[in-house]
Amino acid sequence: MEQHVRTDLRGGLEPPAERRHNRLGRTLSPYLLGGPALLWLVVFFLVPLVTMVSLSIQTCDSFTLACKVTWHFGEFPNVLSEFGGTFVRSLLYAGTATLVTLIVSFPVTYWIAFRAKRKNFFLLMLLVPFFVSFVIRTTAWQFLLADQAILLGTLKNLHVLPENFHILATGWAVIAGIAYNYLPFTALPLYVALERIDRRLLEASYDLYASRRIAFTRVVLPLSIPGIFAAFLLTFVPASGDYVNAFILGGTNNLMIGNIIQTKFLTLPDYPAASALSVILMVMMLVGIALYSRVLGSRTIEEYV
Amino acid sequence: MSTLAESPSIPTAKELSPVPRDSRRKWTYFVLPIYSSFFFLYLVIPISVMILYSFNVSRSALPQVTFKWQGFTTQWYHEWNGIPGLTPAFFLSIKLALIVTVISAILGTLLALSLVRYQFRGKGATNQVLFANIAAPEIVLGASLLGFFITLNLNRGFSTLLIAHVMFCVAYVTITVRARLSGFDPMLEQAAQDLGATPWVTFWKVTLPLIFPGILAGALLAFALSIDDFVTSNFVSGKTITFPLWVYGAVKVGIPPQVFVLGTAIFLAGVILAVVNLVFQGRKRVSSAAAEE
Repeated sequence: MEQHVRTDLRGGLEPPAERRHNRLGRTLSPYLLGGPALLWLVVFFLVPLVTMVSLSIQTCDSFTLACKVTWHFGEFPNVLSEFGGTFVRSLLYAGTATLVTLIVSFPVTYWIAFRAKRKNFFLLMLLVPFFVSFVIRTTAWQFLLADQAILLGTLKNLHVLPENFHILATGWAVIAGIAYNYLPFTALPLYVALERIDRRLLEASYDLYASRRIAFTRVVLPLSIPGIFAAFLLTFVPASGDYVNAFILGGTNNLMIGNIIQTKFLTLPDYPAASALSVILMVMMLVGIALYSRVLGSRTIEEYV
Repeated sequence: MSTLAESPSIPTAKELSPVPRDSRRKWTYFVLPIYSSFFFLYLVIPISVMILYSFNVSRSALPQVTFKWQGFTTQWYHEWNGIPGLTPAFFLSIKLALIVTVISAILGTLLALSLVRYQFRGKGATNQVLFANIAAPEIVLGASLLGFFITLNLNRGFSTLLIAHVMFCVAYVTITVRARLSGFDPMLEQAAQDLGATPWVTFWKVTLPLIFPGILAGALLAFALSIDDFVTSNFVSGKTITFPLWVYGAVKVGIPPQVFVLGTAIFLAGVILAVVNLVFQGRKRVSSAAAEE
């Protein structure tokens, strides 16, 4: 298909001399077209990642903040022993939130992919939270979960909940916030996975006297497993670096690793430690993706973005 | 994300999947739709909280939204401009988002064109970079960019915000436009060429109009991402304050109701744009179906 496009885009009615000139153009044009965007990504995405790795093995003067590379790898064991607990907590919160979102949104994406009539409308509905600023969305959760507010206040007045019950400033509030805020990152890959299941396979299973339940557990579910894992990774990785939910909804005992990185970068500059923490986070992400392609290799995770 | 740009040419499940043997509509048939409506309710509840509390009465000297409902007022809509520092931050965010949208829409569309139309060295690597950019935790993007700017001794401000926002928007535009482009019939371009159109004319008269909905969706996404961004902006903004940064700073001291008013305004603008887009696509589908008959 691409062969056709290329020859006919350039060739067509033009004379042969022109055509030879265009062969050079053809090899160059993808780079000319994509070049600016690629350059931007290389300079402002890849190079900074390298800078960050190098910052993590530098030593900085605590007064002038001037840093130089000393190949000092000591920051890694340091931050791991100091913030190991925070790391575990971040993974726990992000993991729980991701599982909750997966379970909550799977039936809905299934419904949209297989039964809903206006798919585009419902897909848009999945994105509705994105129409409100992230920080405001999280604040709205603070209003929902506050002790005196509509939800808990009413339940307490009805004596469903004890008077001293609270959610805000606990891990559960942070998990609820993350689960809500990152939902589209789970739901869209899930939808992509379910939508691309070949309907004829379902048809075949019905022809072979499968009931709805059997067709679901033996056909739909196995086929959607790569998508489920992709959705998990695409939610879990960004969520484990989140710090806004922990700041707004959590208390001092619910800090996540993002809060530490943010403080160490912006409030009390300790660039090597902050970079070491970010590098660890990044490596975890890469390990996750590598594991994914190892286990579910046949399809790449990139298809689900 | 790319799913939004695809035109709904895929037949609905109903047309394709056969009705299983026991097609009597039992009560179980309604479990999924009912669950889904509760789910969408869950999605819009926090948004309704924002809209509702933008009408809440506040009696303190410095107006703040309280958790407790104190009565209905439209006062904050009249005084939306009343908080020093908030309005400039709001307009700064809009200006930033507009510039970011234009730059990343152009760069992203060109990259998508080169990815779909050409085979070239480094194509696989490019795809991986795009994916890594989208999957990376935002804090890593922000922190590494800050480290980069510090190493270069660059002052942080509007320009570094612009750089950062284009950096995380361009990949989203690329994948959205790419999704639209890959469902595109290359015969249409061939036909234009057969009728004597130059490549340039073909691009403007055939390719661009056809992929325009994809570009529009990508641009809308870029605008939304930019105007809402907090994490990356927090790292690279220096002393410049955008709308989300201002709100974050106010969270622990108390949020003035105007924040919810402006948040509601952004939300409504987004909804209107999305609905217009949806109706526009729907109408085109109807007219093309009519043309086929």
